[in-house]
Amino acid sequence: MAIGRAKIKSVGAAQSPLLGAAMFTPAVLYILLLVAGPFFLAIFYAFSDARIGNTEMHYVGLENFRSILKSPSFRIAIRNSFIFTICSQIVVIVGANILAIALEKTFRGRGFIRFLILLPWVAPIALGAIGWKWILDSIYSVISWVLVALHFYKPFNAPMWLGEPHLAIASVLLVHSWRLMPFSTVILLAGRTAIPKDIPEAAAVDGAGFWRTQFQIIIPMMRPILSVAVLFGLIFTFTDMTVVYILTAGGPFDSTQTLPSLAFAMGIQGSDLAAGAAISLFLVPLLIIIAYFMLRVAHRAEVN
Amino acid sequence: MAVVETRSLTKVFKEGELGAVNSVNLETREGEFLVFLGPSGSGKTTLLRMIAGLETPTSGEILIGGRVVNELSPRDRRIAMVFQSYALYPHLSVYKNIAFPLKAQKVKKDLHKQKVEWAASLLGIGALLDRKPRELSGGERQRVALARAIVREPAVFLLDEPLSNLDAKLRASAREELERFHRRVGTTTIYVTHDQVEAMAMGDRVLVLNKGVVHQLGTPTEVYDNPADTFVATFLGSPPMNLAELSDVIVGFRPEHFRPVSSVNGEAVAFRFKVENIEYLGSEWIVSGTPASGKLGGQKVFSRLNSAQDLSLGGTYDFAVPQRELKFFDRSTEKRVEPKVVSWQ
Ligand SMILES: Nc1ncnc2c1ncn2[C@@H]1O[C@H](COP(=O)(O)OP(=O)(O)OP(=O)(O)O)[C@@H](O)[C@H]1O
Ligand SMILES: [Mg+2]
Repeated sequence: MAIGRAKIKSVGAAQSPLLGAAMFTPAVLYILLLVAGPFFLAIFYAFSDARIGNTEMHYVGLENFRSILKSPSFRIAIRNSFIFTICSQIVVIVGANILAIALEKTFRGRGFIRFLILLPWVAPIALGAIGWKWILDSIYSVISWVLVALHFYKPFNAPMWLGEPHLAIASVLLVHSWRLMPFSTVILLAGRTAIPKDIPEAAAVDGAGFWRTQFQIIIPMMRPILSVAVLFGLIFTFTDMTVVYILTAGGPFDSTQTLPSLAFAMGIQGSDLAAGAAISLFLVPLLIIIAYFMLRVAHRAEVN
Repeated sequence: MAVVETRSLTKVFKEGELGAVNSVNLETREGEFLVFLGPSGSGKTTLLRMIAGLETPTSGEILIGGRVVNELSPRDRRIAMVFQSYALYPHLSVYKNIAFPLKAQKVKKDLHKQKVEWAASLLGIGALLDRKPRELSGGERQRVALARAIVREPAVFLLDEPLSNLDAKLRASAREELERFHRRVGTTTIYVTHDQVEAMAMGDRVLVLNKGVVHQLGTPTEVYDNPADTFVATFLGSPPMNLAELSDVIVGFRPEHFRPVSSVNGEAVAFRFKVENIEYLGSEWIVSGTPASGKLGGQKVFSRLNSAQDLSLGGTYDFAVPQRELKFFDRSTEKRVEPKVVSWQ
């Protein structure tokens, strides 16, 4: 690997230093215009009283942060962001491991099942979320219909999946997990396939049963790839607002707001740009920590 | 009671195709070192994996310690296996690799340390216990794999080409070490290889396989000196046994028995031999050429000599094979038959 890389580098450098620059300019431009620009703008707004439709702006110091920290919606949003992110990761990792184990075996129709499992990932998240909105609708929910048909509930008495705070939180969590499952499954499947067949066979001969082989051999061996799946999942969920926005728009009574959705609700829908910017800045330290771990994992994978 | 026994053991991977292992019957003897020898694809690994329980037989029975184990999982067969790749657990230290079978078989915790250290010292890897497998050389990995196999004191060892990843020099010393190790622990061992030198050097008995069929099971001297058929005759020995078709039989003789007439005593078959190639291998010479006349005329024949300094390329010499060194095979079945009188002219 190292030799190959060094060779490629020297060939490129010898050809022209401009080529290298030209190759990464688009990426740098993209980051500057679409990531760094808005990021610094957000910092700028967060210390001001900017409002949509108001051309005047003043420096207000930490005022925005102070009022946000006092707001109960914000505390709920922070809590939800963590609940959704962490719980969905747990559900996803457990589920994806089970799916990966099942899909590793060869059976008839495996290709089709793999395709089905990938669908939630391939379909645009907005479409999927709208689908779930109908599945969980207060009147047209198929889940409620089935439960009523099975006589668990009387007609029109089924739970309001998106209308009661706890159920709404559980629903959002479920949809997040459903959404991430394919991605993690594919990554874990790749990780499993990369383990030589004779390792689990050696474990079997050594006397290990299924659980011991999984927990003491296979999963520890997959740790690097597992961390990649988890870290990506953390970022996807933590920064996602589509699911919440479409399913509940943060309701009922802000009970399912997350940091991104609250920032959007306050900053764009509520016209208080400054507050929205200040809320979104709370994402930064957490994302930096996650990014740090991602870089470490990537580095370690490169070294090995 | 045999430690390992198979009865008509057969494995067919794809229906309608020839089996990878066909109706194999074998019986190990207590404490012996049995070698499965055969060319690539002959079914050695498949046979071993069926004994280990990693492959389900299509038909036939496997017995370990007199008990049919077809339905038992590998962990219940009291076997230990060393894989060609060693299959060490890369995330565990050497110590934990060796201790893994103890943990998996729920051996009492306070015995682990003592047993691991015993196995490690038996193989001389006591100083490596804290290392990870990737920090070991090929030979050290092999010893760790052996230690992991020995630590639970299995009824039988199964080894699948454990030396094939080592370079030639290390291979010779590892082979010797393995033999010493076997003599010391005395556990019945089945060893798979496609290397006839390994098989001859290490095996108490050798099982010669081809296309999933057992051609012969015998001691190294038996399979070499008394091959059961032409496959065994030509697979063992390098260069292989010279074969000649004479009316209804095939007659074979080893290159080392085909020598200048002056060094052959007793009743012998003589040829005029035209030397076409001479190879010097240090301790011996390999001479090849064609007999000038008779039934063997024009056919390539090898001779192995201690010295070929009197011979020169292109020259024709009088060579001979002692009558008693001729092996006879049936022409259609290729199986060994009783010596007969044949005409060489
Ligand atoms: N899982 C499998 N599916 C289908 N065919 C297989 C499988 N494993 C082995 N075979 C076939 O069975 C035959 C015997 O294979 P096996 O691995 O036992 O040979 P071997 O004697 O160990 O060869 P080598 O010396 O190359 O290791 C081969 O023709 C191989 O292609
Ligand atoms: Mg093999």
